[in-house]
Order: sequence, then C-alpha cells, then structure tokens
Amino acid sequence: MSFLPELTIAAALDGLAAKDFSALELTRAHISAIESLDPQLNAFITQTPELALEMAGAADAARAAGSAGPLSGIPLAIKDLFCVEGVRTTAASKILENFVPPYESTVTAQLKAAGAVFLGKANLDEFAMGSSNTTSGFGAVTNPWQRNGSNAKLVPGGSSGGSAAAVASRMAMGATGTDTGGSIRQPASFTGITGIKPTYGRCSRYGIVAFASSLDQAGPMARSVEDCAILLGAMSGFDARDSTSAERPVADFRAAAKRGVKGLRIGIPAEYRMDGMSAEIEGLWQKGVAWLREQGAEIVDVSLPHTKYGLPVYYIVAPAEASSNLARYDGVRFGTRVDGEDLIDMYERTRAAGFGAEVKRRIMIGTYVLSAGYYDAYYLKAQKIRALILRDFTEAFAKVDALLTPTAPSAAFGIGEKTDDPVTMYLNDVFTVPASLAGVPAMSVPAGLDAQGLPLGLQIIGRHFDEETVFAVGGALEKAAGFSALPAIRAGGAK
Amino acid sequence: MAYSLQGATGAWEIVVGLEIHAQVVSESKLFSGASATYGGEPNAHVSFVDAGFPGMLPVINRECVAQAVRTGLGLKAHINLVSRFDRKNYFYADLPNGYQISQFAHPVVGTGVVEIELGDGTIKEIGITRLHLEQDAGKSMHDQHAAKSVIDLNRAGVALMEIVSEADIRSPEEAGAYLRKIRQIVRYLGTCDGNMEEGSMRADVNVSVRKTGEAYRTRCEIKNVNSVRFVMHAVEAEALRQIEVYESGGSVTQETRLYDPARGETRSMRSKEDAHDYRYFPEPDLLPLVLDEAWVAALKEKLPELPDEKRARFRDDYGITFYDAGVLVAEQATADFYEQVAKGRDAKLAANWVTGDFFAALNRSGNTIETSPISADGLGELLDLITDKTINGRIAKDVFEAMLETGDRARKIVADRGLTQVTDTGAIEAAVDAVIAANPDKVAEYKSGKDKLFGFFVGQVMKAMAGKSNPAIVNELMKAKLG
Repeated sequence: MSFLPELTIAAALDGLAAKDFSALELTRAHISAIESLDPQLNAFITQTPELALEMAGAADAARAAGSAGPLSGIPLAIKDLFCVEGVRTTAASKILENFVPPYESTVTAQLKAAGAVFLGKANLDEFAMGSSNTTSGFGAVTNPWQRNGSNAKLVPGGSSGGSAAAVASRMAMGATGTDTGGSIRQPASFTGITGIKPTYGRCSRYGIVAFASSLDQAGPMARSVEDCAILLGAMSGFDARDSTSAERPVADFRAAAKRGVKGLRIGIPAEYRMDGMSAEIEGLWQKGVAWLREQGAEIVDVSLPHTKYGLPVYYIVAPAEASSNLARYDGVRFGTRVDGEDLIDMYERTRAAGFGAEVKRRIMIGTYVLSAGYYDAYYLKAQKIRALILRDFTEAFAKVDALLTPTAPSAAFGIGEKTDDPVTMYLNDVFTVPASLAGVPAMSVPAGLDAQGLPLGLQIIGRHFDEETVFAVGGALEKAAGFSALPAIRAGGAK
Repeated sequence: MAYSLQGATGAWEIVVGLEIHAQVVSESKLFSGASATYGGEPNAHVSFVDAGFPGMLPVINRECVAQAVRTGLGLKAHINLVSRFDRKNYFYADLPNGYQISQFAHPVVGTGVVEIELGDGTIKEIGITRLHLEQDAGKSMHDQHAAKSVIDLNRAGVALMEIVSEADIRSPEEAGAYLRKIRQIVRYLGTCDGNMEEGSMRADVNVSVRKTGEAYRTRCEIKNVNSVRFVMHAVEAEALRQIEVYESGGSVTQETRLYDPARGETRSMRSKEDAHDYRYFPEPDLLPLVLDEAWVAALKEKLPELPDEKRARFRDDYGITFYDAGVLVAEQATADFYEQVAKGRDAKLAANWVTGDFFAALNRSGNTIETSPISADGLGELLDLITDKTINGRIAKDVFEAMLETGDRARKIVADRGLTQVTDTGAIEAAVDAVIAANPDKVAEYKSGKDKLFGFFVGQVMKAMAGKSNPAIVNELMKAKLG
C-alpha cells in the first residue's frame, strides 16, 4: 500500500472504492501527519481529529451501504472563514477567538453531504486580509517549501495560507479557500499546488465570514487540476440564501479537465508584462505559451488596457466593503468584548483589542474612501474603473477562450519580508485582482521552479461561468509542465 | 386665506415636508424569515441574519416589495422597475450589522401625489418625492438594569416604508391632513396598520419659515413624532421658535430636534456638525431589485378601491353629499358597512342613519365598526321598516335604542312592543277631532294667525297615539280640519 497522504483525491477515491484502504485509515494517516508537521507549519487554527474520525467512520458506513457520496472519506482542511456548525470559527481574528457558529456554511454543508472528512480549520490572514498569512491572530503559517540550501522560513502566501500549506505538505488532500483578490491563486502558486477561484456567484457565500462581499468567492485547493475539479463540483451550485449566487447548472468539471486545448484560442495580455518582472517569471510564462501551442491551442495577443488600475481599484473597493462588513464585530452580541465606560468606549476597546494592525488599516482606508467628500473621488471612481476592467475582459473574451498570465510577480518570500511598506505587500496581488474585480474564473497551476527551487504558478482566466475551459487549459498545462518537485517539509518526506 | 404666523416683523409662511416611516404588514422581515409580528417575548423573533452573525446574508422578501409597490400605486406614484439597496453605516447597540440596509440613491417608488381636504372643503395636492424600503433597528432599553442596557431585536429587520413628501405643506392643519391621508391610504391597501401608538407609523417633520416670496430658509428636522396631533403641534411650536430666533436677530442652524409633547416645545438633539456621516454605498450582498412590469401590473389590477375613488363613487352612485361620502370612506370598514346597509335601500336614508345615530351610538359605547352591537344587516332591517311605513322615523329611533340595549332585531322589537305605525285614517281622524275639541282656545289662536301652533296639534295627536301614527296622515287630516 502506498503512503496514503501522497495520493491525489482521484486516486484515493479509487482506492476507497476498491477497498484498498478505509476512510478511517486514510483519515488517521492525515491526523498523524498533522500531529507531526503542524507544530512546524501552524497551518491549522483548530484541529478536529474527533470530528474527522466520526465523519470517516460515517463515510465507511455509507460506502458499505452503497451510498457513498462523490467525496466520501476524503480528508480536507477547511479555511477558518467557513462556519462549521459546532466548530470554533475565528477568521484568524482575536475578535472571534471563541466564536462557535450554530450554523453551517452552504459550501461546507455540501462537502459534508458529499461525504468529505473535515480535519480542522485552516489558518489564514486575519479576515482574509493579507497575501502572506502573517496577519493571522493565531500566528503566521510557514511554507513547507524552502529555498535551496536554506531553512529560512517562507510565507505560504495568503490569505488561504493555511489551506495551501496543509495541502502542499500532505496534511490534507485538499482544502477550501476563499479568494477576494488572489487569496486562493497566490498561495497555490507559492506552495506548488493548484487552486481555482470560480466565477463570482458559482459558490454560495452563505456562512462564510465576509471580507469584501462583491469579490469574495470560495474555491478549492488541491494537488491536481482534476482534484480541484472534483472538489469544485461538490462546492458549487445555486443557494437561495445568497442573493448573489447564480442559478446555473454545474458542469462536469472533471471531464472538462481532460478535454485538452486543441482549437482553443488563448490570449496573452500585453499589460501583464510588467516593468521589472523577473526573467524567471517571464521565461515560465513563455514556456506556458509554448506548451499550449504544442497541444493545439492558438495563441493570440490581446490587450486589457485598464489592468494597471486593478490594484488601486481593488484597494479602494475591498476595504470599503470590509469597513462596513466588519462593523458587526462590536462586542454586543457575540465574540470578544472588552468592557468600557460607555457604549462608545466599549466599542473602541473591543475593536482595539480584537482586530490586528492590517485589519485596522483596511477599516480606516475603507471608512475614508466612503466618507462624505471623498466618496466620489475614491469609491465612485473605483466602481467606474471596475466597470472598465470588466469591459476589458469582455472584449478580450470576444476574441479568445481563455487568458494565460503569471499568477504572482514572485515566488514565496521570507516571513518578515515586505512588512515595512504595506504597498509592497499589496503588489503581490497585481496579476490576480483584475479577474476578481471582473468576477471571472481564474486558476493557478504549478508550472516550474525558480532558481532558488521555489514553485511558480501560471494563471488561466476564463469567461464568466466557463470554468470548463479554465479546467481544460489547466489540465493541459499540468500535463505539459509535469510538475513533480516536492516541498522540504511534507508528510512521509525527509525530515 | 393662506395660513401664516404673525411675528413682530409681520407675517411668516411655514414650509413643511414629512418623512413618514410606515411599518410594512408582512409575515416575515425584509431580509430574513423571522416573524415580523408585533410583540412577543424579547428576542423571540430574531434570526441569525437579523442579529448580524458572521457569514449571514440578506435575501429580499418578495411580499415586502409587493407591499411597497402597492403603496406606491396607491400614492399614484411612479414605480421604478430597477431599484437598489444601499448600506447606511453607523454604530449603535440595537443596529446589529453596524449598518441599516436602505434604499438611498435608487428607491423602489418615485414621485407621486396625494390630495388632502382642508376644513373649509378645499382640496390641495401634496407631492410625494419617493418611497423606499428599509429595515428597522432593534430596541434599546436603558431602564431595566442599574448599569446595563438591554436590547430587544424583535423589531430589527422588520420592513419599513419611508414615504417622503415634497415641501408642499404650509400649515399645521395641512400637515395633519396629509398624515391622516397617508394613514388612510396604507390602511385601505393593507400595507401598514397605521397604528401610531404602537409605533408602526411615525413621522420626521421638516420645518422652516420664510417671508412670502422668499426662497426656502434653513430647515430643522423633528424626529419620530408619533401622533397626528403631535405633528400639528410640533410644526407650530417649531415654526414659532424659528420666527423668534430670526426676529431676535439670530439664525436657525440645521439640526435634528425632538418634540416634547409635555412641554409643547422642540429641543435640539444633535446639530449638523455632530451629524453622522452614514457612508452610504450600494449593498454588495444584494443584486439590484428588478421588477417585472407584468408583476407590477398584476398588483395594480388587484389594488382595492382607494378612498378618493370610493368617495366620488359614493357621491355619484348613492347621491349623498360629498361631505357625508368623506365621512363614510374615512375607514374602509365604515365604507363597507355603509355599502351593506345601503344595498337595495334608500342610500340617503342609510347615510343619515350611519353617520348620525349609528356613529353616535358607537362613540357613546366606545365601540368600533368591528365591535358594533348592531350589524349592517340589523340596521338595514330597521331602515326597511321605515321605508315600508311599518314604523315612522320617530319610533325608529326608539327601536334603534332598544336594539342597542337588547341586541334584538328591529322587527322583533316592533312586534313585541306593538309599535307598528297606525295608518288607519279613521283612527287618526278620531284622535285629531279629540285634540281639536280639547283645545278650543289654541284653535282660536291658530285661526287668528299663530301658525306655529300647528306643530303643537300634531304633537298632541302623536302623543295620544303613542307615537305610532303615520305623521303624513296626521298632518294632512289636521290641516284639513283646522281649515
């Protein structure tokens, strides 16, 4: 029997179906990996081994009864932004340190219904605000990858850094993430795994702690394109409890991942070739172009002229919505409360103690851009440019079926780097925010290593609700890249 | 003559606009499935959405939108097929999300108009600026505990319609008439119960004063006034205060004020400088509210007859006065009662009885139409007895009183008490002769020109016949006998 945590979800489902091993065995192997690795990586805020074993037992029983779901017995990490009934849900914030939701997010409810096993709640940047998982109120997450010949601790990216580290290190077979401006794709790129942010509206946001409502979208992270397809199939679908969720049929993403790219037109947006971009990133991008062309795709140069405004627009719209979404953390009804002289004093003490620096920064930015006298200059203008960015994509997609770009401007950086100036940190999202602002689906697939031995991802962006084409291109890239490098810290690996 | 207030510097015109908050009649709240019923144990009607729990999302309640559209149609207003919800951000302990979901930039209902009737019978149009939907906040109570405030979120999230008028109102009377008219319309529509005592309807009153012909001066907003009478008083009190400020050389600052009914004055609540910056922006958890034209048309089709139309119809179809018609349509239940009584009967007689003895009896006994001891059918039976001359009008009043006392039907009372009208000419003639014979001196006076005595003779005959004689026959015979 192979070392179970190394299996893909697809392979594990085959093994479970063939009774090569049980869901309990598979889950125990992952619990044991978490026990040995998580003290180093800090990928989990809350581990739920008892719940996991109970779910695994139920999965085995279901399989024995012939009623196994599509994810029956597959151990997953759940980003700690998804409410799981009866399990502490913190959003990596001290203000929700002891919050146990009495309700279940739609996405996790669907995963439960599909038979998945929940290993625990994965670490993240506080309220998903960050690109390095260093803003967590429960400590930074360490990337399981290390630079050649160095054991310096690197960030796993963010905000879904715990999910990414757990999947990359083989502590979980897959994970849920959420992506507001790149929070699935950038950590996937930093940790050598695959992640997809589906179309806005594809997965219900019900029960997911909100960061920026018009951008937040749940998606899967896993070690193969096919695994992401399996997970997304279970996570997506219309939900009447989320008015922004789309009433659209969910396609067979797994089949789409094997479609190939023959005859597809792939756009290469000129504006993503930025000044000062490293030769390695540029080189990898060209490789990706070559791989797709070799497999029968037609490569087309396209223009997304408003790309350069993506970051500033994002850092107006997202904090604006966040400043309002986070007003409910006031110490009145749930979560942390620090008593004060009066109501206002209680608010101030509670929020001062409960929120970290980055969250406070974004609340202040968001409050500012919505203020009387500044609204038109910032928020309103940002919304107008957001519409232009969407138009860029619409026009490009009249000519091509998908776009290929790098996922992030660099490989993983060291914990503690890029912290002096928040803007340097925000630049991590430069390639990912435009798709978020436009609401189109986008995936990161590991495509190679940089000179220091760190993984780099390529991003595929597709049309609204055309995740199938994104999976097809992702599958083709994965096949051509043959990415097989392994992180230094992983279950079953050399210590 | 237009209303004005006299100050030391002459006449002042007042300018008033009202923002009426009307709680929508609906099963559940505007954005959650929790019950919107008034009352209940504190915090019994609260969902996780209402309490602003993490990850909870609003979903628009279709029925609340329908109620707003019905109200808009009732206000002859433009229905916006595309509208949008916004967030109004501010912190308060009974506002769970830290924002109220409202419609700021794009309300569901646009401009409309209502007609009000003033005491002298003149009709005036008051413009409606807009109607929008928004959620109510919870209730803070500061008197339940020595050191703590307690919060009841039952009301949090209940749908409100904010109905904003143009600044077309020029007197306290007009303000009162407008508020009553809006209340009448929403009650007819069943979109708000209009109960101001329970707070399901309340008004913010914007008041300014000016000299005739001037542009508008600075206005003050008096918050949360909760009766028609208080609105009228608050308008006058605030206008007088502003006049005094101007006439003593000061200037009015834009601010929010409260009306104190005990003192009959308004006082400052917060000035413009302390005013919240609500940081409105489009609610990203909701898509724009897009209404289907056919859906709106179907709502319009099913709209009940509104008071203005009903009043005109009563006047035209029943031949009653416009004034009486106005009294009868004031409440839907009264109008329905009247129509039941009038159906197939003398409509004018019905109107006289309903607005006269019947209303008086209700007032006296503290009853409403709903709790009336006499049904429309019962009153109708009494009218039938008058019309078919079984009893005369005088006896009918006694029968009516007996109906109130006993709860018996009119026909039974008339039969039991032998009140059937005497139309036997012979019997009446005998009574007439007897009265003439018994009063020779009065007959002489009458004949010498004292016409007024005719009533006396008729009265004596009626008395002799215990009121049961047909008054027309008595008159006729008496006139003939007295020559």
